Amino acid sequence: MTMIEERSLPSIGSVCRTRAGVELKEFFRQRESVVFTLMFPVILLLVFGAVLDYELGSGVSFTQYFMAGVIAAGILGASLQNMAIGIATERSDGTLKGLAGTPMPKSAYFVGKVVQVLVVTVAIVVILLVIGVVFYGVDLPSGTEWLTFAWVAALGSAASTLLGIAVSSLARNGRSASATVTPVALVLQFISGVFFQFSEVPTWLQTVAAVFPLKWMAQGLRSVFLPDALAAQEPAGSWELGRVALVLGIWCVVGLVLCVRTFRWQDRVDR
Amino acid sequence: MTRTPAAPAPGAVQPASPLDPEAAISIRGLVKRYGDRNAVDGVDLDIQRGEIFALLGPNGAGKTTTVEVLEGYRARDGGEVRVLGVDPADGGRRWKAELGIVLQSGAGDSQLTCLELLRAQAAYYPEPRDPAEVLELVGLTEKAGSRGRTLSGGQRRRLDVALGIVGRPRLLFLDEPTTGFDPEARRQFWSLIRSLRDLGTTMLLTTHYLDEAEELADRVGVITRGRLVEVAVPSALGGRGQAPAVVSWTEDGVRRTAETAAPTAFVAELATRFPGEVPDLAVARPTLEDVYLRMIGDPA
Repeated sequence: MTMIEERSLPSIGSVCRTRAGVELKEFFRQRESVVFTLMFPVILLLVFGAVLDYELGSGVSFTQYFMAGVIAAGILGASLQNMAIGIATERSDGTLKGLAGTPMPKSAYFVGKVVQVLVVTVAIVVILLVIGVVFYGVDLPSGTEWLTFAWVAALGSAASTLLGIAVSSLARNGRSASATVTPVALVLQFISGVFFQFSEVPTWLQTVAAVFPLKWMAQGLRSVFLPDALAAQEPAGSWELGRVALVLGIWCVVGLVLCVRTFRWQDRVDR
Repeated sequence: MTRTPAAPAPGAVQPASPLDPEAAISIRGLVKRYGDRNAVDGVDLDIQRGEIFALLGPNGAGKTTTVEVLEGYRARDGGEVRVLGVDPADGGRRWKAELGIVLQSGAGDSQLTCLELLRAQAAYYPEPRDPAEVLELVGLTEKAGSRGRTLSGGQRRRLDVALGIVGRPRLLFLDEPTTGFDPEARRQFWSLIRSLRDLGTTMLLTTHYLDEAEELADRVGVITRGRLVEVAVPSALGGRGQAPAVVSWTEDGVRRTAETAAPTAFVAELATRFPGEVPDLAVARPTLEDVYLRMIGDPA
Protein backbone atom coordinates (compact mmCIF):
# COMPACT_ATOMS: atom_id res chain seq x y z
CA MET A 1 0.00 0.00 0.00
CA THR A 2 1.34 3.41 -0.78
CA MET A 3 0.29 6.80 0.50
CA ILE A 4 0.80 8.58 -2.77
CA GLU A 5 -2.17 10.64 -3.80
CA GLU A 6 -3.34 10.62 -7.37
CA ARG A 7 -2.58 14.23 -8.11
CA SER A 8 -1.96 15.01 -11.74
CA LEU A 9 1.61 16.08 -12.38
CA PRO A 10 2.34 19.06 -14.60
CA SER A 11 2.67 18.11 -18.26
CA ILE A 12 6.13 17.48 -19.64
CA GLY A 13 5.55 20.28 -22.15
CA SER A 14 4.96 22.88 -19.46
CA VAL A 15 8.01 21.75 -17.46
CA CYS A 16 10.11 21.91 -20.64
CA ARG A 17 8.97 25.51 -21.18
CA THR A 18 9.95 26.34 -17.61
CA ARG A 19 13.37 24.73 -18.05
CA ALA A 20 13.95 26.54 -21.36
CA GLY A 21 13.22 29.86 -19.63
CA VAL A 22 15.58 29.00 -16.78
CA GLU A 23 18.38 27.99 -19.14
CA LEU A 24 18.10 31.14 -21.25
CA LYS A 25 18.17 33.39 -18.18
CA GLU A 26 21.10 31.46 -16.73
CA PHE A 27 23.07 31.92 -19.95
CA PHE A 28 22.31 35.47 -20.91
CA ARG A 29 22.60 36.87 -17.38
CA GLN A 30 26.03 35.44 -16.82
CA ARG A 31 28.63 37.85 -18.14
CA GLU A 32 31.35 35.18 -18.40
CA SER A 33 29.30 32.86 -20.57
CA VAL A 34 28.08 35.66 -22.82
CA VAL A 35 31.57 37.07 -23.33
CA PHE A 36 33.23 33.67 -23.66
CA THR A 37 30.70 32.01 -25.92
CA LEU A 38 29.09 34.85 -27.83
CA MET A 39 31.71 37.58 -28.02
CA PHE A 40 34.82 35.44 -28.53
CA PRO A 41 33.96 34.39 -32.10
CA VAL A 42 32.84 37.93 -32.85
CA ILE A 43 36.18 39.33 -31.69
CA LEU A 44 38.00 36.67 -33.69
CA LEU A 45 36.10 37.63 -36.81
CA LEU A 46 36.76 41.34 -36.29
CA VAL A 47 40.47 40.85 -35.61
CA PHE A 48 41.19 38.22 -38.25
CA GLY A 49 39.07 40.03 -40.79
CA ALA A 50 41.02 43.23 -40.23
CA VAL A 51 44.50 41.67 -40.07
CA LEU A 52 44.37 38.89 -42.65
CA ASP A 53 43.09 40.85 -45.58
CA TYR A 54 44.40 38.81 -48.51
CA GLU A 55 43.04 36.86 -51.44
CA LEU A 56 42.98 33.08 -51.62
CA GLY A 57 42.63 33.01 -55.39
CA SER A 58 39.60 32.88 -57.67
CA GLY A 59 38.81 36.36 -56.29
CA VAL A 60 37.93 34.93 -52.86
CA SER A 61 39.04 36.86 -49.78
CA PHE A 62 40.40 35.17 -46.67
CA THR A 63 37.46 36.55 -44.70
CA GLN A 64 35.08 34.65 -46.94
CA TYR A 65 37.04 31.50 -46.02
CA PHE A 66 37.27 32.46 -42.36
CA MET A 67 33.50 32.98 -42.18
CA ALA A 68 32.93 29.22 -42.46
CA GLY A 69 35.59 28.48 -39.86
CA VAL A 70 34.53 31.06 -37.32
CA ILE A 71 30.89 29.95 -37.55
CA ALA A 72 32.00 26.34 -36.96
CA ALA A 73 34.10 27.49 -33.99
CA GLY A 74 31.14 29.52 -32.68
CA ILE A 75 28.87 26.49 -32.88
CA LEU A 76 31.49 24.41 -31.07
CA GLY A 77 31.65 27.04 -28.30
CA ALA A 78 27.89 27.27 -27.95
CA SER A 79 27.52 23.51 -27.72
CA LEU A 80 30.61 21.54 -26.67
CA GLN A 81 32.31 24.14 -24.46
CA ASN A 82 29.08 25.61 -23.12
CA MET A 83 27.62 22.21 -22.18
CA ALA A 84 30.83 20.74 -20.76
CA ILE A 85 31.51 23.73 -18.51
CA GLY A 86 27.90 24.55 -17.66
CA ILE A 87 26.85 21.03 -16.69
CA ALA A 88 30.09 20.31 -14.80
CA THR A 89 29.43 23.47 -12.77
CA GLU A 90 25.84 22.50 -12.09
CA ARG A 91 26.93 19.03 -11.03
CA SER A 92 29.63 20.21 -8.63
CA ASP A 93 27.57 22.99 -7.02
CA GLY A 94 24.59 20.73 -6.29
CA THR A 95 22.13 22.19 -8.82
CA LEU A 96 21.72 18.84 -10.58
CA LYS A 97 21.31 16.96 -7.32
CA GLY A 98 18.63 19.41 -6.26
CA LEU A 99 16.75 18.93 -9.54
CA ALA A 100 17.01 15.15 -9.28
CA GLY A 101 15.14 15.35 -5.98
CA THR A 102 12.15 17.07 -7.57
CA PRO A 103 9.46 15.51 -9.76
CA MET A 104 10.88 17.35 -12.79
CA PRO A 105 10.98 14.87 -15.70
CA LYS A 106 14.68 14.35 -16.38
CA SER A 107 14.11 14.80 -20.11
CA ALA A 108 12.95 18.37 -19.44
CA TYR A 109 16.41 19.27 -18.17
CA PHE A 110 17.97 18.20 -21.47
CA VAL A 111 15.27 19.90 -23.51
CA GLY A 112 16.11 23.12 -21.65
CA LYS A 113 19.79 22.68 -22.50
CA VAL A 114 19.01 22.02 -26.16
CA VAL A 115 16.88 25.17 -26.34
CA GLN A 116 19.73 27.13 -24.78
CA VAL A 117 22.24 25.77 -27.31
CA LEU A 118 19.82 26.45 -30.15
CA VAL A 119 19.12 30.06 -29.21
CA VAL A 120 22.77 30.83 -28.50
CA THR A 121 23.85 29.18 -31.76
CA VAL A 122 21.33 31.10 -33.84
CA ALA A 123 22.40 34.32 -32.09
CA ILE A 124 26.09 33.65 -32.83
CA VAL A 125 25.46 32.74 -36.46
CA VAL A 126 23.31 35.81 -37.09
CA ILE A 127 25.76 38.18 -35.41
CA LEU A 128 28.71 36.71 -37.32
CA LEU A 129 26.88 36.89 -40.66
CA VAL A 130 25.84 40.49 -40.07
CA ILE A 131 29.39 41.53 -39.15
CA GLY A 132 30.79 39.62 -42.12
CA VAL A 133 28.44 41.29 -44.56
CA VAL A 134 28.60 44.79 -43.09
CA PHE A 135 32.33 45.07 -42.37
CA TYR A 136 33.97 42.66 -44.77
CA GLY A 137 31.58 42.33 -47.70
CA VAL A 138 31.22 38.58 -47.22
CA ASP A 139 29.00 36.93 -49.85
CA LEU A 140 26.03 35.23 -48.20
CA PRO A 141 25.01 31.73 -49.27
CA SER A 142 22.15 31.51 -51.74
CA GLY A 143 19.43 29.03 -52.70
CA THR A 144 20.09 25.44 -51.66
CA GLU A 145 23.32 26.52 -49.98
CA TRP A 146 21.17 27.65 -47.06
CA LEU A 147 19.83 24.12 -46.80
CA THR A 148 23.37 22.72 -46.63
CA PHE A 149 24.19 25.43 -44.08
CA ALA A 150 21.22 24.37 -41.95
CA TRP A 151 21.91 20.64 -41.88
CA VAL A 152 25.64 20.98 -41.35
CA ALA A 153 25.07 23.44 -38.50
CA ALA A 154 22.30 21.31 -36.96
CA LEU A 155 24.17 18.03 -37.20
CA GLY A 156 27.43 19.60 -35.99
CA SER A 157 25.65 21.29 -33.14
CA ALA A 158 23.88 18.09 -32.10
CA ALA A 159 27.12 16.08 -32.14
CA SER A 160 28.98 18.77 -30.17
CA THR A 161 26.16 19.19 -27.64
CA LEU A 162 26.04 15.48 -26.93
CA LEU A 163 29.83 15.35 -26.66
CA GLY A 164 29.79 18.35 -24.34
CA ILE A 165 27.26 16.68 -22.05
CA ALA A 166 29.39 13.53 -22.03
CA VAL A 167 32.62 15.45 -21.36
CA SER A 168 31.01 17.26 -18.41
CA SER A 169 31.00 13.97 -16.52
CA LEU A 170 34.78 13.72 -16.72
CA ALA A 171 35.41 17.03 -14.98
CA ARG A 172 35.51 17.61 -11.26
CA ASN A 173 33.84 21.03 -11.54
CA GLY A 174 33.19 23.87 -13.96
CA ARG A 175 36.66 25.31 -13.62
CA SER A 176 38.39 22.02 -14.36
CA ALA A 177 36.01 21.45 -17.27
CA SER A 178 36.98 24.83 -18.65
CA ALA A 179 40.68 24.10 -18.17
CA THR A 180 40.30 20.81 -20.05
CA VAL A 181 37.93 21.74 -22.82
CA THR A 182 39.17 25.21 -23.75
CA PRO A 183 42.70 24.17 -24.81
CA VAL A 184 41.34 21.12 -26.62
CA ALA A 185 38.88 23.30 -28.53
CA LEU A 186 41.64 25.78 -29.36
CA VAL A 187 43.95 23.06 -30.69
CA LEU A 188 41.08 21.61 -32.72
CA GLN A 189 40.39 25.04 -34.17
CA PHE A 190 44.04 25.36 -35.26
CA ILE A 191 44.25 21.96 -36.91
CA SER A 192 40.73 21.93 -38.39
CA GLY A 193 41.17 24.82 -40.77
CA VAL A 194 39.41 27.52 -38.79
CA PHE A 195 42.16 30.13 -38.59
CA PHE A 196 43.96 29.29 -41.81
CA GLN A 197 43.45 27.05 -44.78
CA PHE A 198 43.14 23.38 -43.97
CA SER A 199 45.48 22.53 -46.86
CA GLU A 200 48.28 24.33 -44.98
CA VAL A 201 47.91 22.00 -41.99
CA PRO A 202 50.53 19.20 -42.01
CA THR A 203 49.06 15.96 -43.29
CA TRP A 204 49.42 14.04 -40.04
CA LEU A 205 47.57 16.81 -38.19
CA GLN A 206 44.91 16.78 -40.89
CA THR A 207 44.45 13.10 -40.07
CA VAL A 208 44.12 13.89 -36.37
CA ALA A 209 41.63 16.68 -37.09
CA ALA A 210 39.58 14.37 -39.31
CA VAL A 211 38.73 12.23 -36.29
CA PHE A 212 36.84 15.11 -34.63
CA PRO A 213 33.63 16.86 -35.67
CA LEU A 214 34.98 20.41 -35.98
CA LYS A 215 36.97 19.70 -39.16
CA TRP A 216 33.87 18.29 -40.85
CA MET A 217 31.64 21.10 -39.67
CA ALA A 218 34.09 23.68 -41.04
CA GLN A 219 34.45 21.77 -44.32
CA GLY A 220 30.69 21.50 -44.75
CA LEU A 221 30.31 25.21 -44.10
CA ARG A 222 33.12 26.04 -46.57
CA SER A 223 31.04 24.34 -49.26
CA VAL A 224 28.40 26.96 -48.48
CA PHE A 225 30.61 30.05 -48.38
CA LEU A 226 33.21 29.29 -51.03
CA PRO A 227 32.86 28.84 -54.79
CA ASP A 228 33.08 25.27 -55.98
CA ALA A 229 36.36 26.08 -57.72
CA LEU A 230 38.02 26.10 -54.28
CA ALA A 231 36.85 22.55 -53.56
CA ALA A 232 40.01 21.50 -55.39
CA GLN A 233 42.04 22.79 -52.42
CA GLU A 234 40.34 20.38 -50.03
CA PRO A 235 42.30 17.20 -49.18
CA ALA A 236 39.89 15.05 -51.18
CA GLY A 237 39.55 17.58 -53.97
CA SER A 238 35.85 17.93 -53.20
CA TRP A 239 33.58 19.10 -50.36
CA GLU A 240 32.75 15.47 -49.41
CA LEU A 241 29.31 16.44 -48.08
CA GLY A 242 28.32 12.79 -47.77
CA ARG A 243 31.28 12.11 -45.54
CA VAL A 244 30.55 15.28 -43.55
CA ALA A 245 27.07 13.92 -42.80
CA LEU A 246 28.44 10.46 -42.02
CA VAL A 247 31.16 11.57 -39.57
CA LEU A 248 28.92 14.09 -37.78
CA GLY A 249 26.18 11.45 -37.62
CA ILE A 250 28.58 8.92 -36.09
CA TRP A 251 29.64 11.50 -33.50
CA CYS A 252 25.97 12.05 -32.63
CA VAL A 253 25.56 8.34 -31.95
CA VAL A 254 28.85 8.09 -30.03
CA GLY A 255 27.98 11.21 -28.02
CA LEU A 256 24.52 9.91 -27.21
CA VAL A 257 25.85 6.55 -26.05
CA LEU A 258 28.49 8.28 -23.88
CA CYS A 259 25.83 10.59 -22.39
CA VAL A 260 23.50 7.77 -21.52
CA ARG A 261 26.30 5.72 -19.99
CA THR A 262 28.11 8.44 -18.07
CA PHE A 263 25.57 11.10 -17.06
CA ARG A 264 25.41 11.58 -13.29
CA TRP A 265 23.02 13.80 -11.32
CA GLN A 266 25.41 14.15 -8.41
CA ASP A 267 29.08 14.14 -7.64
CA ARG A 268 30.61 10.75 -7.12
CA VAL A 269 30.06 9.45 -3.62
CA ASP A 270 33.53 8.23 -2.77
CA ARG A 271 33.67 8.14 0.97
CA MET B 1 11.99 3.12 21.42
CA THR B 2 11.56 1.58 18.04
CA ARG B 3 14.53 -0.75 18.05
CA THR B 4 13.36 -4.30 17.83
CA PRO B 5 13.34 -5.90 21.26
CA ALA B 6 14.20 -9.43 20.19
CA ALA B 7 17.85 -10.10 19.40
CA PRO B 8 18.11 -11.41 15.84
CA ALA B 9 19.48 -14.92 15.39
CA PRO B 10 23.17 -14.97 14.50
CA GLY B 11 23.61 -14.35 10.83
CA ALA B 12 19.96 -13.44 10.40
CA VAL B 13 19.33 -11.15 7.47
CA GLN B 14 15.55 -10.87 7.74
CA PRO B 15 14.25 -7.86 9.65
CA ALA B 16 12.89 -8.94 13.00
CA SER B 17 9.66 -6.93 12.77
CA PRO B 18 7.69 -6.03 9.68
CA LEU B 19 7.74 -2.57 8.12
CA ASP B 20 5.10 -0.24 9.51
CA PRO B 21 2.73 0.46 6.60
CA GLU B 22 1.19 3.48 8.34
CA ALA B 23 4.44 5.28 9.09
CA ALA B 24 5.73 8.14 6.94
CA ILE B 25 9.14 6.49 7.09
CA SER B 26 9.81 2.87 8.01
CA ILE B 27 13.33 1.42 8.10
CA ARG B 28 14.45 -2.10 8.96
CA GLY B 29 18.05 -3.23 9.11
CA LEU B 30 19.36 -0.48 6.82
CA VAL B 31 22.97 -1.03 5.78
CA LYS B 32 25.08 1.20 3.55
CA ARG B 33 28.70 0.30 2.88
CA TYR B 34 31.53 2.52 1.66
CA GLY B 35 34.42 0.22 0.85
CA ASP B 36 34.65 -2.22 3.73
CA ARG B 37 33.16 0.21 6.23
CA ASN B 38 29.49 0.19 7.17
CA ALA B 39 28.54 3.87 7.12
CA VAL B 40 25.05 2.82 8.18
CA ASP B 41 25.05 -0.42 10.11
CA GLY B 42 21.62 -1.89 10.74
CA VAL B 43 19.27 1.01 11.48
CA ASP B 44 15.63 0.31 12.44
CA LEU B 45 13.28 3.27 12.73
CA ASP B 46 9.67 4.33 12.23
CA ILE B 47 8.70 7.97 11.86
CA GLN B 48 4.98 8.64 12.13
CA ARG B 49 3.01 11.03 9.98
CA GLY B 50 2.93 14.56 11.36
CA GLU B 51 5.98 13.91 13.49
CA ILE B 52 9.14 16.00 13.62
CA PHE B 53 12.02 13.62 14.09
CA ALA B 54 15.58 14.81 14.71
CA LEU B 55 18.53 12.62 13.84
CA LEU B 56 21.39 13.67 16.04
CA GLY B 57 24.99 12.60 15.74
CA PRO B 58 28.58 13.69 15.22
CA ASN B 59 30.04 14.28 11.76
CA GLY B 60 30.51 11.04 9.86
CA ALA B 61 28.04 9.16 12.07
CA GLY B 62 25.83 8.24 9.13
CA LYS B 63 23.12 10.93 9.34
CA THR B 64 23.41 12.23 5.80
CA THR B 65 23.92 8.75 4.35
CA THR B 66 20.74 7.53 6.03
CA VAL B 67 18.76 10.54 4.86
CA GLU B 68 20.07 10.29 1.30
CA VAL B 69 19.04 6.64 1.11
CA LEU B 70 15.54 7.72 2.16
CA GLU B 71 15.53 10.51 -0.42
CA GLY B 72 16.47 8.07 -3.17
CA TYR B 73 19.94 9.53 -3.82
CA ARG B 74 21.90 6.51 -2.65
CA ALA B 75 21.30 2.81 -3.12
CA ARG B 76 21.31 0.77 0.07
CA ASP B 77 23.34 -2.39 0.57
CA GLY B 78 20.91 -4.07 2.93
CA GLY B 79 17.61 -3.80 4.77
CA GLU B 80 14.16 -2.58 3.87
CA VAL B 81 13.01 1.02 3.54
CA ARG B 82 9.62 2.60 2.86
CA VAL B 83 9.10 6.32 2.50
CA LEU B 84 5.41 7.24 2.24
CA GLY B 85 4.84 3.57 1.53
CA VAL B 86 7.25 3.48 -1.42
CA ASP B 87 10.70 1.93 -1.69
CA PRO B 88 12.94 4.94 -2.53
CA ALA B 89 14.83 2.76 -5.02
CA ASP B 90 11.63 2.70 -7.14
CA GLY B 91 10.40 6.21 -6.33
CA GLY B 92 8.95 7.91 -9.39
CA ARG B 93 7.76 11.42 -10.13
CA ARG B 94 4.55 11.03 -8.13
CA TRP B 95 6.50 9.94 -5.09
CA LYS B 96 8.96 12.81 -5.45
CA ALA B 97 6.04 15.23 -5.71
CA GLU B 98 5.20 14.36 -2.08
CA LEU B 99 8.71 15.08 -0.80
CA GLY B 100 10.60 18.23 0.00
CA ILE B 101 14.37 17.95 0.18
CA VAL B 102 16.76 20.44 1.71
CA LEU B 103 20.22 19.07 1.04
CA GLN B 104 23.16 19.66 3.30
CA SER B 105 25.07 21.24 0.43
CA GLY B 106 22.20 23.52 -0.55
CA ALA B 107 21.33 24.70 -4.02
CA GLY B 108 23.94 25.92 -6.46
CA ASP B 109 24.72 29.36 -7.78
CA SER B 110 22.07 30.74 -10.02
CA GLN B 111 21.52 33.85 -12.10
CA LEU B 112 17.82 33.71 -11.29
CA THR B 113 16.18 35.80 -8.61
CA CYS B 114 14.69 34.17 -5.52
CA LEU B 115 11.18 34.56 -6.89
CA GLU B 116 12.16 33.20 -10.31
CA LEU B 117 13.83 30.19 -8.71
CA LEU B 118 10.74 29.46 -6.64
CA ARG B 119 8.44 29.84 -9.63
CA ALA B 120 10.55 27.43 -11.66
CA GLN B 121 10.64 24.93 -8.80
CA ALA B 122 6.87 25.26 -8.29
CA ALA B 123 6.32 24.37 -11.95
CA TYR B 124 7.56 20.82 -11.29
CA TYR B 125 4.85 20.03 -8.71
CA PRO B 126 1.15 19.20 -9.01
CA GLU B 127 -0.17 21.53 -6.30
CA PRO B 128 2.55 23.99 -5.42
CA ARG B 129 2.32 26.73 -2.84
CA ASP B 130 2.25 30.30 -4.06
CA PRO B 131 5.93 31.30 -4.47
CA ALA B 132 5.32 34.77 -3.04
CA GLU B 133 3.68 33.27 0.04
CA VAL B 134 6.57 30.89 0.51
CA LEU B 135 9.02 33.80 0.37
CA GLU B 136 6.92 35.50 3.03
CA LEU B 137 6.96 32.34 5.14
CA VAL B 138 10.77 32.15 5.12
CA GLY B 139 11.14 35.90 5.56
CA LEU B 140 12.71 36.65 2.19
CA THR B 141 10.01 38.88 0.73
CA GLU B 142 12.41 41.81 0.44
CA LYS B 143 14.84 39.58 -1.43
CA ALA B 144 12.30 38.41 -4.02
CA GLY B 145 14.11 40.26 -6.81
CA SER B 146 17.66 39.48 -5.64
CA ARG B 147 19.87 36.84 -7.17
CA GLY B 148 21.00 33.97 -4.98
CA ARG B 149 24.63 35.04 -4.88
CA THR B 150 23.77 38.34 -3.19
CA LEU B 151 22.18 36.63 -0.18
CA SER B 152 23.88 36.08 3.15
CA GLY B 153 24.54 32.53 4.35
CA GLY B 154 21.43 32.46 6.50
CA GLN B 155 19.28 33.93 3.72
CA ARG B 156 20.58 31.34 1.27
CA ARG B 157 19.66 28.56 3.63
CA ARG B 158 16.18 30.00 4.00
CA LEU B 159 15.96 30.05 0.21
CA ASP B 160 16.94 26.36 0.23
CA VAL B 161 14.09 25.70 2.67
CA ALA B 162 11.72 27.74 0.49
CA LEU B 163 12.67 25.59 -2.51
CA GLY B 164 12.07 22.51 -0.38
CA ILE B 165 8.56 23.49 0.68
CA VAL B 166 7.18 25.24 -2.41
CA GLY B 167 5.95 21.90 -3.77
CA ARG B 168 3.70 21.48 -0.70
CA PRO B 169 5.49 18.34 0.52
CA ARG B 170 3.91 15.97 2.98
CA LEU B 171 7.36 14.87 4.09
CA LEU B 172 10.22 17.32 4.40
CA PHE B 173 13.87 16.31 4.76
CA LEU B 174 16.12 18.92 6.33
CA ASP B 175 19.81 18.00 6.38
CA GLU B 176 21.61 20.29 8.82
CA PRO B 177 19.41 23.21 7.90
CA THR B 178 20.89 25.76 10.30
CA THR B 179 24.63 25.11 10.08
CA GLY B 180 26.31 28.49 9.92
CA PHE B 181 23.34 30.44 11.25
CA ASP B 182 23.72 33.07 13.94
CA PRO B 183 21.48 32.58 17.01
CA GLU B 184 18.91 35.09 15.77
CA ALA B 185 18.63 33.39 12.37
CA ARG B 186 18.33 30.02 14.07
CA ARG B 187 15.41 31.20 16.20
CA GLN B 188 13.65 32.59 13.11
CA PHE B 189 14.21 29.27 11.42
CA TRP B 190 12.74 27.39 14.34
CA SER B 191 9.55 29.38 14.18
CA LEU B 192 9.38 28.61 10.44
CA ILE B 193 9.62 24.88 11.22
CA ARG B 194 6.87 25.19 13.82
CA SER B 195 4.57 26.88 11.33
CA LEU B 196 5.23 24.04 8.88
CA ARG B 197 4.41 21.55 11.61
CA ASP B 198 1.11 23.35 12.10
CA LEU B 199 0.44 22.80 8.40
CA GLY B 200 0.80 19.06 9.01
CA THR B 201 4.19 18.49 7.40
CA THR B 202 6.17 15.48 8.59
CA MET B 203 9.83 16.35 9.03
CA LEU B 204 13.07 14.47 9.33
CA LEU B 205 15.77 16.81 10.48
CA THR B 206 19.44 16.12 10.97
CA THR B 207 21.45 18.40 13.17
CA HIS B 208 24.37 18.50 15.50
CA TYR B 209 22.80 21.25 17.55
CA LEU B 210 21.27 19.73 20.66
CA ASP B 211 19.21 22.79 21.50
CA GLU B 212 17.71 22.62 18.02
CA ALA B 213 16.69 18.99 18.44
CA GLU B 214 15.27 19.70 21.88
CA GLU B 215 13.42 22.77 20.66
CA LEU B 216 11.85 21.28 17.54
CA ALA B 217 11.67 17.52 17.65
CA ASP B 218 8.90 15.29 18.93
CA ARG B 219 11.46 12.51 19.09
CA VAL B 220 15.21 12.37 18.79
CA GLY B 221 17.37 9.55 17.49
CA VAL B 222 21.05 9.50 18.30
CA ILE B 223 23.20 7.92 15.61
CA THR B 224 26.86 7.17 16.05
CA ARG B 225 29.16 4.96 13.94
CA GLY B 226 26.22 4.09 11.71
CA ARG B 227 24.09 2.74 14.55
CA LEU B 228 21.02 4.24 16.11
CA VAL B 229 21.92 4.05 19.78
CA GLU B 230 18.69 5.48 21.15
CA VAL B 231 15.35 6.91 20.12
CA ALA B 232 13.34 8.89 22.66
CA VAL B 233 11.47 12.09 23.32
CA PRO B 234 14.08 14.78 24.03
CA SER B 235 13.24 15.01 27.75
CA ALA B 236 13.71 11.27 28.26
CA LEU B 237 16.81 10.75 26.15
CA GLY B 238 19.46 8.66 27.90
CA GLY B 239 17.22 8.15 30.92
CA ARG B 240 17.36 11.88 31.48
CA GLY B 241 13.86 11.92 32.97
CA GLN B 242 14.81 9.44 35.68
CA ALA B 243 18.31 10.75 36.34
CA PRO B 244 18.80 12.21 39.80
CA ALA B 245 18.30 15.95 39.98
CA VAL B 246 21.06 18.13 41.32
CA VAL B 247 19.88 20.68 43.90
CA SER B 248 22.28 23.47 44.72
CA TRP B 249 22.07 26.37 47.14
CA THR B 250 24.30 28.61 49.29
CA GLU B 251 24.50 28.00 53.01
CA ASP B 252 26.88 29.71 55.47
CA GLY B 253 28.56 31.37 52.51
CA VAL B 254 29.41 27.98 50.92
CA ARG B 255 28.00 26.58 47.67
CA ARG B 256 26.36 23.21 48.42
CA THR B 257 24.96 20.57 46.07
CA ALA B 258 22.99 17.40 46.58
CA GLU B 259 21.84 14.67 44.20
CA THR B 260 18.32 13.46 44.80
CA ALA B 261 15.67 11.39 43.08
CA ALA B 262 12.97 13.44 44.85
CA PRO B 263 13.91 17.07 44.34
CA THR B 264 10.47 18.41 45.35
CA ALA B 265 10.59 16.83 48.78
CA PHE B 266 14.21 17.81 49.16
CA VAL B 267 13.54 21.45 48.38
CA ALA B 268 10.51 21.49 50.73
CA GLU B 269 12.69 20.16 53.50
CA LEU B 270 15.42 22.65 52.61
CA ALA B 271 12.93 25.52 52.77
CA THR B 272 12.22 24.81 56.45
CA ARG B 273 15.90 25.49 57.27
CA PHE B 274 15.77 29.04 55.98
CA PRO B 275 13.53 31.84 57.19
CA GLY B 276 12.73 33.11 53.66
CA GLU B 277 14.11 32.28 50.22
CA VAL B 278 16.71 29.54 49.97
CA PRO B 279 19.80 31.47 48.81
CA ASP B 280 20.80 30.82 45.16
CA LEU B 281 18.50 27.78 44.90
CA ALA B 282 18.75 25.84 41.63
CA VAL B 283 17.45 22.43 40.56
CA ALA B 284 19.03 20.92 37.47
CA ARG B 285 18.61 17.74 35.44
CA PRO B 286 21.40 16.49 33.23
CA THR B 287 21.25 18.55 30.06
CA LEU B 288 20.63 16.93 26.71
CA GLU B 289 24.24 17.74 25.97
CA ASP B 290 25.47 15.79 29.02
CA VAL B 291 23.43 12.80 27.95
CA TYR B 292 24.40 13.08 24.30
CA LEU B 293 28.12 13.40 24.92
CA ARG B 294 27.99 10.33 27.12
CA MET B 295 26.17 8.40 24.36
CA ILE B 296 28.43 9.27 21.47
CA GLY B 297 31.54 8.88 23.61
CA ASP B 298 30.56 5.31 24.40
CA PRO B 299 32.88 3.11 22.35
CA ALA B 300 30.55 0.09 22.51
